[in-house]
Amino acid sequence: MAGLAAAFGSGAMTNSIEDLEDADVILVTGSNTTENHPVLSSFIKRAFLRKTTKLLLVDPRKIKLAEFAHQWIQPNLGTDVAWINGLMHVIIKENLHDKDFVEKRTEGFEELKAVVEKFNPEYVEKITGIKASEIISAAKLFAQAKAGCIIYCMGITQHTTGTDNVKSLANLSMLCGNLGIRGGGVNPLRGQNNVQGACDMGGLPNVFTAYQPVTNKDARLKLEELWGVKDLSDKPGLTATQMVPLAHDKIVKALYIIGENPLVSDPDLNHAKKSFDNLDFLVVQDIFMTETAQAADVVFPSACFAEKDGTFSNTERRVQRIRKAVNPPGDAKTDWEILSGVAQKMGYNMDYKCAEDIMDEIRITTPSYKGITYQRIEKTGLHWPCPDENHPGTPILHTSQFPRGKGLFHAIDFIPPAEQTDDKYPLYLTTGRIIYHYHTGTMTRKVDGLNEQAPENFVEISSKDANQLDLKNNSMVKVASRRGTIEVRLKISEKAKQGTIFIPFHFAESAVNLLTNAALDPVSKIPEFKVCAVNLSAAA
Amino acid sequence: MNNPNKISINGNFFSFVQGETILSVAKKNCIEIPTLCYLKNTTPSGSCNICVVEIEGSADLVTACTTLAENNMEIHTESVKVIESRKSTLTALLSSGNHNCSICGTSSSGWTDFQLKVHKEDKTSQLCPVWGDCRLQDLAYRYQVTGNPDIKGFDKVYPLEDVNPFIVRDFSRCIMCGRCVKACREIQVNNAINFSDNKSIKKIITPEDNNLKNSDCVFCGECIQACPVGALVEKDVRYSTRPWETKKVKTTCSYCGVGCQIYLHVKDNQVVKVTGVEGNPPNYGSLCVKGRFGFNFIQSQDRLTTPLIKENGTFKEASWEEAFELVANKLKEIQKNHGSDSIGVLTSARVSNEENYVAHKFCRAVLKTNNIDHCARL
Repeated sequence: MAGLAAAFGSGAMTNSIEDLEDADVILVTGSNTTENHPVLSSFIKRAFLRKTTKLLLVDPRKIKLAEFAHQWIQPNLGTDVAWINGLMHVIIKENLHDKDFVEKRTEGFEELKAVVEKFNPEYVEKITGIKASEIISAAKLFAQAKAGCIIYCMGITQHTTGTDNVKSLANLSMLCGNLGIRGGGVNPLRGQNNVQGACDMGGLPNVFTAYQPVTNKDARLKLEELWGVKDLSDKPGLTATQMVPLAHDKIVKALYIIGENPLVSDPDLNHAKKSFDNLDFLVVQDIFMTETAQAADVVFPSACFAEKDGTFSNTERRVQRIRKAVNPPGDAKTDWEILSGVAQKMGYNMDYKCAEDIMDEIRITTPSYKGITYQRIEKTGLHWPCPDENHPGTPILHTSQFPRGKGLFHAIDFIPPAEQTDDKYPLYLTTGRIIYHYHTGTMTRKVDGLNEQAPENFVEISSKDANQLDLKNNSMVKVASRRGTIEVRLKISEKAKQGTIFIPFHFAESAVNLLTNAALDPVSKIPEFKVCAVNLSAAA
Repeated sequence: MNNPNKISINGNFFSFVQGETILSVAKKNCIEIPTLCYLKNTTPSGSCNICVVEIEGSADLVTACTTLAENNMEIHTESVKVIESRKSTLTALLSSGNHNCSICGTSSSGWTDFQLKVHKEDKTSQLCPVWGDCRLQDLAYRYQVTGNPDIKGFDKVYPLEDVNPFIVRDFSRCIMCGRCVKACREIQVNNAINFSDNKSIKKIITPEDNNLKNSDCVFCGECIQACPVGALVEKDVRYSTRPWETKKVKTTCSYCGVGCQIYLHVKDNQVVKVTGVEGNPPNYGSLCVKGRFGFNFIQSQDRLTTPLIKENGTFKEASWEEAFELVANKLKEIQKNHGSDSIGVLTSARVSNEENYVAHKFCRAVLKTNNIDHCARL
């Protein structure tokens, strides 16, 4: 999100899901949409079926969407800035860019032009492995669309150059004048039900709700008055990926974790486990005894989505209701009731009566949610920003100007991934999800039918690589990186690119994050889950 | 205005746009023409013949879902001829397969040969699993027809398929309307099922007629939601839950970020089934396998039910009061000894906006630190 915020002034999907069917070209990259966002992928597949939209797919793996792609290009892992710059090089050379948009709505074009100058198709071919001719045709395909839409997901962001990758996509979109129009935009797909909402609600170390910086004195004063407290900190806090190493160094002493399972989802898990051991105090609030909860000093049982009222904000910024359908088990309470209980005991009076009571306070503190009431979203959710109760919501952002005024081009050079293959670790590993499971599997692995469909972890490999290593399909293999080793079943698959293997991260018993690299993007602090070097051998 | 593009339906005049079907004009003007095989937003086939209407001056009835409106057409949607046609279509459908709501189940006639052949597959003597939630049954009631055991129905039995964990395919109840095929190929575009090229095969099949488990099916269940009869039913629901036993609660799916609108079907404080909310963005009724079938974690025996405090390496159950007290004291102590910034909060992309707001307030106003984050990065 940091990348989009730098380019436009705000980081979220710029367009709505329905918009997709109005795109002339959809560029999908770093998103295995049919497995991770299946319902959204239907919008793309239907657009293909109607022959009104062309799909340009950029992905190292031959994912399902390749069957629907007008053009599929297969870059080497971690070379996104190079192919995006390559596309822009061709677009500018061939004079296909939207000059009017670039002149009126953006700044920094000359710097961009200078940096992409060297990214001629032959140079890009050397870095990315994509044929020069394919870079030229992809560039033309995208540039000639009246409305070109970009969709991306963690395959773009989970790199040490994730922020650069996102800024590059923003560059490409602005260059072609695709922002603020139906069927266009730069659209990061959110992997979890309420990532958007957690960000909007100030679940970030540097901002309060609606992305008001903690360094902004007026924002602090307003909250201090409303909350009846003094001296809110003006110092941006730590990110999750910083807290864990600082716990290792005993600088962070206590963690309070709500509904997350970092002891499966964090990179370089062996290191993360040591960090958690070093904590003085760990509180976990969850619906299950997760791997992380087992490490806690106190565990609070919480209610799940079907047991409470409230709202989620989806990937397209649409705020929608959740409603209580069943009672929570035993003594479990909603997360807000639990937090209020601790706050009370710490001497702070927090006594909300119901979720709607909290929403009323959100509307006061969060300008983009001000017009969103439970009554208005009773039937259909509203897209923020929604600044007042008569406002219809905003499905398309940046129609007349960007929050920062003009859109900013970032001139970005290519930097290779933090870890390279070598003689000892000759294969690249990338990670992701499969359709039958979700994240660390806390929920889906409690569902018999889903387990029947996808019972165990596996490594997906090309037949060439498997043959070269003399490894048999369905045999157990050891996968090792510089940080750890796991054993999984080998699956030979057409999806895999030669030289790159894939392992999903749902399976705690053979957690792929024992292998992954914790190297962070310097701006977003996102780890490089999507590239690390490994070797494979037959299991004993 | 030179070309008014007007038609009359049952004596009232309505305008239309070129290319619009009679069904579409009728729907827009709240005139109900019953349909069975028609599925919104897909190519109409007109195969079931339920939506027939009479056009004055035309000898044959036409299907409203496939016939384009033409200027000055005079259409009748419930004429004697139309009603007779629908009755005979329905009678034929009810007589064709195992529709025990109509034959024998609620009439004094005997079982048909076909019904006797497939009887064992149900493994129960109960009436059809979708009794009371069936489009064909609704239409039979509306037009007051029953099946006729003297009409020869299916002769071939295609065995029931229940080898996958989610969907039961009961071909004895299939009316070959093709809604599931359209749902699969034109809505979800998973292309897992189709009619057979061999016209003598009266069965919806996967390529090579494999079972769903060995096909391209990804178990989104769009076909179940589209099925107007009892041919496609959720495995867990079949014969265990009847529609009148449940209440539906509309909410938002808790898996990925799409935010599909779903109905939780609740029976005795348990979620027993999930369906997509039709006509509502963002998903317009569609779901994926996790959203439709991945709900049993809610009532899992492994759910945490009471606060737990670790003592000497093992957890012991505690009261809320006790747990709150302990956490508050410990946090205050760490705050005092090491400063507020030695504490961090991970809030969650899984919990509600309201809860994230409270977590953010708790962290900043009570713990007095900005060390709050969540797993958006992971």
